[in-house]
Amino acid sequence: MNNRLINWFKFASPQSFYPLAGRMIPWFWALTAAFGVAGLWISFFVAPTDAQQGEGYRIIFIHVPASWMSMFIYCIMAGWAGLGLVFNTRLSGMMASALAPTGALMAFLSLWTGALWGKPMWGAWWVWDARLTSELILFFLYIGFIALQAAIDDPRRADKAGAILALVGVVNVPIIYFSVKWWNTLHQGSTINLTKAPSMAQTMLWGMLLMALCFWMYSIAVALMRARAIILERETHTEWVKQLDEVKS
Amino acid sequence: MNSLLAVIRRDLLLAMRRKSEVLTALFFFMIVVSLFPLGIGPEPALLRKIAPGVLWVAALLATMLGLQRMFAPDHADGTLEQMALSPTPMGLLVGGKIAAHWLVSGLPLVLLAPVLGLQFDLDAGALGVLVVALLIGTPLLSLIGAIGAALTLGVRGGGVLLSVLVLPLYVPALIFGAGAVEAHISGLGAGGHLSLLAALLALAVFFAPWATTAALRIALE
Amino acid sequence: MLTATGLTCVRGERRLFSGLDLAVAPGEWLHVQGENGAGKTSLLRMLTGLSHAVEGEIRWNGEPIQALGEDYRRDMLFLGHHGALKEELTPLENLELAAALDGAELTGAAALAVLWRFGLRGREELPVRFLSAGQKRRVLLARLVTRKARLWVLDEPFTALDVKAVDMLAGLIGEHLAGGGMAVLTSHQAMPIAGGKAVKL
Repeated sequence: MNNRLINWFKFASPQSFYPLAGRMIPWFWALTAAFGVAGLWISFFVAPTDAQQGEGYRIIFIHVPASWMSMFIYCIMAGWAGLGLVFNTRLSGMMASALAPTGALMAFLSLWTGALWGKPMWGAWWVWDARLTSELILFFLYIGFIALQAAIDDPRRADKAGAILALVGVVNVPIIYFSVKWWNTLHQGSTINLTKAPSMAQTMLWGMLLMALCFWMYSIAVALMRARAIILERETHTEWVKQLDEVKS
Repeated sequence: MNSLLAVIRRDLLLAMRRKSEVLTALFFFMIVVSLFPLGIGPEPALLRKIAPGVLWVAALLATMLGLQRMFAPDHADGTLEQMALSPTPMGLLVGGKIAAHWLVSGLPLVLLAPVLGLQFDLDAGALGVLVVALLIGTPLLSLIGAIGAALTLGVRGGGVLLSVLVLPLYVPALIFGAGAVEAHISGLGAGGHLSLLAALLALAVFFAPWATTAALRIALE
Repeated sequence: MLTATGLTCVRGERRLFSGLDLAVAPGEWLHVQGENGAGKTSLLRMLTGLSHAVEGEIRWNGEPIQALGEDYRRDMLFLGHHGALKEELTPLENLELAAALDGAELTGAAALAVLWRFGLRGREELPVRFLSAGQKRRVLLARLVTRKARLWVLDEPFTALDVKAVDMLAGLIGEHLAGGGMAVLTSHQAMPIAGGKAVKL
């Protein structure tokens, strides 16, 4: 093992990560607010009304970033999980479990806004569109991950078992997406295809990008906060936690 | 290789001495499939249309029944520890257990499915495709299910949790498996679906025993 | 030769032992002593490689056991609390299947001879669930003979055995040690075997 790796592992110890995360959190909240205000302003006041869909289309400024995030977060979670299995670092498992609820929230938000968008567009709350269906299964995968970790008492075992599940899931996500798409084209007659999206105006793209950045920052901030809480919970018996101001008071 | 065969032989021997477990899953499969016409109505055209989906979903559920018992008895009586400490690579022994699970709970479904398919007015060609699809698909179910069974070993509420973990992962098998029969019925040809199913099986054969072994080692620690 | 240095065991939030050193050379056996819950079984499981020590290292003939992997497992036999016996199978089937899993050669005649030696004549074809606790234990111990391992790691091998069986097992361990074997065992009783060292948790 070379020196650079050891340096990295220094930050991977919960003790040094805890204060670092504490200092980073306000910055990420500030960025969340900044991107959020800019993004919402563009999406609600600047972006033009869509010729075919009217004002209702504006929900995609929430729907699309949420769907992106739900997929990114799963990959990042699996990345942390893999790191945890390879290097046996405690922080990796904590980060993976800190990310899972946010990922599930994003998937849920994507489904919910998808339904809200679908009602005025196709007159149905739910259509078996390939992307919506994959999103639903992704949501189930998040629920499985959270439920598995909640059911195991020993945190080390919970981390490792969760890590294996996340890795199995990440291999499966593309397969599931592909199979659902295949299934969808086979049953073309009964469903509506979302892929024919109307060509997007430049400002719409900007709004969506800003909202996506806002969601990124939010996810990071919340994940860091949750990771800090997990660290406190698991390390209660250690000296350094007992020395913390917030614990002493 | 000898050890692999020994594991399969042992599990088959055990299944022979506890026949009720195997038969229960099989009857479950029959009952679930027979409930659908009762719930939907006996119209042959409709039954033909839903048959592939119904048979496949019932096969998924019947496989789920046996999954929890895949490693639990071995865990309880210490056999799993001995497997982990055996000079033979554990992945191989786990592969043997998965193979035995398929022989006991997957293969009977494959053999029974065409009989049940007759209830749904499927013609001989469709029945043939159904058997081939199940023949490729049920080992896949055992392989993926083994990962879930290992992860939930000795965990609170293991049975329900196992279904939550495993059923979403069964989606591709369900789509390609049921799709093959449907494609055949609608005259599209089942080849594409079946080869994709086979590709998934090939992937799972290499990946699943390894992941299962890792999960079992965690459970033993 | 089995050596361990600086072993630390943590269960939940409790530290069971730390900085434990031990060494077992050919012909020696180690008696692991301690109260209930002191970590005897945890130590044995660490020595087999089933669980990992939080700190410390275990070496077999100078090599870390994790690196040795299958080579270490071939030299070592662990018999734990659990029988690892299948209740539905007969003693003979259990023994033969265990040997097959270990990749060891075992003919039917040899297996029968071993079972007879352990006083199970007439019960070879009876499902294990009809045997008494002591008889089940004997079936398990028969593996000591069929599987030729250099290191025996035995967790409470004397429980449920009658006086005659205790003597026989002690004799068996003695033979094993005389042949250059090694053994690590836990027991609450004093043991009638020469050449022992003790480690107290």
